[in-house]
Amino acid sequence: MSRWAMVADLNRCVGCQTCTAACKHTNATAPGVQWRKVLDLEVGEYPDVSRVFVPVGCQHCAEPPCMHVCPTTATRQREDGVVTIDYDLCIGCGYCIVACPYQARFKVMKPTQAYEQSRMPQEWKQEQPERYGVAQKCTFCSDRIDYGLANDLTPGLDPEATPACVNSCIADALVFGDIDEVDSNVSQLLAENQYFRMHEELETEPGFYYLWNSKPPEEEPDPGCTQ
Amino acid sequence: MNGTHPWLQTWWDWRAAGNFIAGGSGSGLLLITAVAGLLVGPVAWLTLLSLILVTAGLSLVWLELGRPWRFLHVFFNPHTSWMTREAIVAMPLLILGLTGVLTARLGLVWAAATVGMVFLYCQGRMLIAAKGIPVWRTPRIMGLILTTGIAEGCGLYLLLAPWLAPDALTATFPLVSILLLVFIAGRFFAWRSYRSGLQGNAPTAALEVLHRSSPAFIVIGHILPALAILSGLLFPGILLISGLVAGVTAASAGWFIKNVIITRAAFNQGYAIEHAPARGGGHAGPGTKPGWD
Repeated sequence: MSRWAMVADLNRCVGCQTCTAACKHTNATAPGVQWRKVLDLEVGEYPDVSRVFVPVGCQHCAEPPCMHVCPTTATRQREDGVVTIDYDLCIGCGYCIVACPYQARFKVMKPTQAYEQSRMPQEWKQEQPERYGVAQKCTFCSDRIDYGLANDLTPGLDPEATPACVNSCIADALVFGDIDEVDSNVSQLLAENQYFRMHEELETEPGFYYLWNSKPPEEEPDPGCTQ
Repeated sequence: MNGTHPWLQTWWDWRAAGNFIAGGSGSGLLLITAVAGLLVGPVAWLTLLSLILVTAGLSLVWLELGRPWRFLHVFFNPHTSWMTREAIVAMPLLILGLTGVLTARLGLVWAAATVGMVFLYCQGRMLIAAKGIPVWRTPRIMGLILTTGIAEGCGLYLLLAPWLAPDALTATFPLVSILLLVFIAGRFFAWRSYRSGLQGNAPTAALEVLHRSSPAFIVIGHILPALAILSGLLFPGILLISGLVAGVTAASAGWFIKNVIITRAAFNQGYAIEHAPARGGGHAGPGTKPGWD
């Protein structure tokens, strides 16, 4: 069975927010709602200061607190690890929103628009009334994953089967793939690099990995050492 | 650095706080009316009031739902959701309590009060399960939720018994006064334990809110009612008025601190990176956790 995961190479991300725009474009999220976004962090103290760009969103945790607290079973986890929301079951209580330590969930109560005066044509066309009053978040573009699998495509490699944010990344900083597959693109990246997961101490087991450095070369065994 | 520091959640507002306030006070009052009932038999109006409070709290949650007419879906996940469990437990609580009032059977009131304590426990677990809010998720909040709920119940009893249960006044007032003293003492220690457990485990802004609220909570919710009760016990002639003062202060302080915890100190987790990347020819460095000391 596959376990889909996202890898973000912090060495590569330039904070261009193209993934943010691609996600909004693909998923028609309302103004102010960003299923994918990139943080601009300032790290260190003067004069040793640097900026780090960190893509965030739903981490599709293996132990998702949002799913455990959901009173309606609207939030579920697929066998491939993707955490989903059934808009028809959700009552919009907001419990999942306060349970998510990644601030990845949103609730929009009524139609909104980017400009006060009037709605733009695409806002009319892309209206998602089923999302009003319920929780919403990144889906890992599960519709694209499912389409790809149904058409012998490989999610993470074939663009038609890959999340929009990954496809759009100009720096190849975002990589998507099957972490249960030893030879997959994401497994290889994790084997070759040092990585962390955000808020790992909360035991949510996020499916989002951040690369921060390549692995140091393994030391040659001391020829004089005998076992 | 807007957007990277933890920010105050606004999804659970005064309506959610109202559920913890009314539900906690209601289940606490239900327990105290059951205890008082051991001395004078069922105290009907106060028992009824406790049920109204619990219902009012749940109604406030209903007002917060994005899709209120799907409210029955709240019962769908008893396996893992404490919100579902709270809703389920509320049913026997209300049925047993109402039946106890209508039939004047103390055993039923006690059964309802026992379920009421489970209801209060569910409320504590609801907060602990909210992993995104550091000041809620600490297990130490349970002690605070339990002690303040019962202390508020004692306070409401002392405040309202002169009007709603005048016949029970003489027999029950000293006992409930002592119970209030016990539970505000318990609440004081629970509050200290809760706050000390949060040091280093919550965003700075959240800790500051709790720090600012603490003196008022301690003085109004503990010192004043304790002094009032001790005065009333030493000088029985002022027991009634001291009970009123203790009731108002003990209950209102509990409501105040729950409102603070739910609506003003509820900063979310924010973001963190364990390591800063090397980026090109640079060096990897330590990470950052904005908004945390």
